[in-house]
Parts: sequence; structure tokens; C-alpha cells
Amino acid sequence: MNDPTPRSEFLAGVRAELPLLLGVVPFGMIFGVLGLAAGLPGWAVVLSSSLIFGGSSQVVFAQLWGAVTPPAVTVTTVGVVNLRHLLYSAAVAEYLRGLSWRWKLLLAYLLTDEAFAAALPRLRDGPATPHRHYFLLGTGSTLWSGWQLSTLAGVLLGAAIPAGWSLDFSIALTFIALLVLAVHRRSDAGAALVAAAVVLPAMALPHKLGLLVAAAAGIGAGLALRRFDRKTP
Amino acid sequence: MTTTTLLLTMAACGAVTFLIRLSFIAFGRYLPDDPRLTALLRYVPPAILGALIAPEIFVLDGRLSFTPDNPRLWAALIAVVIAWRTRNVLATIAAGMLALWALQAFGS
Repeated sequence: MNDPTPRSEFLAGVRAELPLLLGVVPFGMIFGVLGLAAGLPGWAVVLSSSLIFGGSSQVVFAQLWGAVTPPAVTVTTVGVVNLRHLLYSAAVAEYLRGLSWRWKLLLAYLLTDEAFAAALPRLRDGPATPHRHYFLLGTGSTLWSGWQLSTLAGVLLGAAIPAGWSLDFSIALTFIALLVLAVHRRSDAGAALVAAAVVLPAMALPHKLGLLVAAAAGIGAGLALRRFDRKTP
Repeated sequence: MTTTTLLLTMAACGAVTFLIRLSFIAFGRYLPDDPRLTALLRYVPPAILGALIAPEIFVLDGRLSFTPDNPRLWAALIAVVIAWRTRNVLATIAAGMLALWALQAFGS
């Protein structure tokens, strides 16, 4: 049997990604709306989708910009929010080892939660054929296109929604949904609760540094509470 | 703040995000392979999200509010329940917004 062609790998990646767009496109539209509600100009909301290209970190960016946060703190916080991508980078690295720099830069740019989730089964469990990186290009570019178009649609829609609908609260609701999805063990919940408890008094710290202090406290609490987790992962 | 500051901040956020994603793909052989790093990274999402959520719920008009007349508290609790039962981001946002609007209409 012949090895799959670049084209067939790419199209298989596109097909693997399409069902995930059902969740991503509405989230992109909501981000467009709440980016405006947080006080970002429309062009900045749209541009953030290609410059930052990470849903939850773009929401954090919009919220911190709206709250007039010093740039250094905003950049650090966005970096902390995206730290989990270190794990994705480590997971796909072995499958991209022989590629050129151009490929590595392009695929790293496209390495989001959903592109990674849809491509890892193919890379890890599928045959190690020479064009398998086209699969990740397929998932990544499909997600990228859906994310750009849905953000743009959200900005156009958001401009038509009147103020006074408390739409800024959708930022907190987005975080709540992502948090519940991120909590699998007791120590995960402990990390979130300690960070939430610490951030309220820590807000008195200058330059919004309370956010990072609280995150550090939460991470420390999570590590300390690991022995109370059930044995299953 | 100015448009330039906004652009530069956004570009820096993008650069940091890109370098994190590039890290092991490009520089894997120079980076540590340590299970303690993996254990620590696991707690980053819940911790940072907890720290981001609390002020959105408990700060009303610049002051802390823990009382039951804070509608965001109840809407957030409903959102937690919906998120836990459905594990769906959109259902959570929809339920939370509807709850907040209902509470605001009812309370005024």
C-alpha cells in the first residue's frame, strides 16, 4: 500500500477538526462580543485572534485591558494562562523532529487546544509515514479559519447589542465553564478555591500583581493537596 | 492607553504564546524532562481561573460583596451546576446570562 499523500493527510486532518468547530465557532462569536464589552476596539478584537490565537488567553487579555492593567502584568498573565501548551509542544515534538524550521514555526503557531486534541490520536497511534505532519496542518488551519471568521462575526454582532445587558459577565461565565472542565481531582478544586480566596485580599497589591500571587498560591495548594486525591488519575 | 500600547501589548502576548508552543518542538533536546514540571503545570489552569473568577463575582462597584443580594453570586452558582452537569461551555454561558438577567429583572 502506498503512503498517504500530503493532500490526503491534510484532508483527513480537516475532517477530524470539523466536529470541534461546533463548539469553537460560537465561542469565537462570544469572544467577539465580549471583547467589545470589555472595552477593546473592534479591530483589536479581530487582530487578537491571529496575533495571540488562543481563546481563553484572548478573553484574559480583553479583561485585563479593560481593567487598565500594566502591559508587563498582562503579558505575564497571558503567558501563565497558555503555559499548558508546553505539554502539547512536548507531546507533538517527537513526531515533528525531522521537519524544517519553516514547518516547525508554522505548526507551533497552529498548536491550539483543539488542533492538538484532534491531531494527537493520528500522530501517536497512526502509521509513522513521511507526510503525517500534514494532518496537524489540516486540523490547525481548519481551526484557525473558523476562529478568525467567528471572531469577526462576533464583533459585527456585538456592535449591534446595546450596553446594559451585563455582557461583561460572560467573561466570568467562560472562565467558570473552563474551570469546571479543568477540575478532575480534589487537588484541582483545592488549587482553584485557594487561588480564589487569596485573590480577593491580594487585589490590594499594586499593578494587578494579586492575580499572579493568587495563582502561585493556588498551584502550591494543589501540589500540597495531591495526597488527598483518589488513586485513579 | 494608546493604540501603540495596545498593539505592542497584544504582539507581546502573541510572542509569549508562540514561544510556549514552539518550546519543545524546536528546543526539546535543551529542555528538562521532569515529571515535577508536569505535576506543577497541571495546577496552572485551575489556579489562574479561580483567581480570575473571584473578583468578577465578589466585587460590585469597586467593593467586596458577599451578601445574598449580589445577583452575580447566584448566577455564578447556577453556572457552576450547569457546567458540572453538561460539561458544555455554551450551555454554561447561556444559563449564567439568563440567570443574571432574571435576577436583575426580579430584584429591581
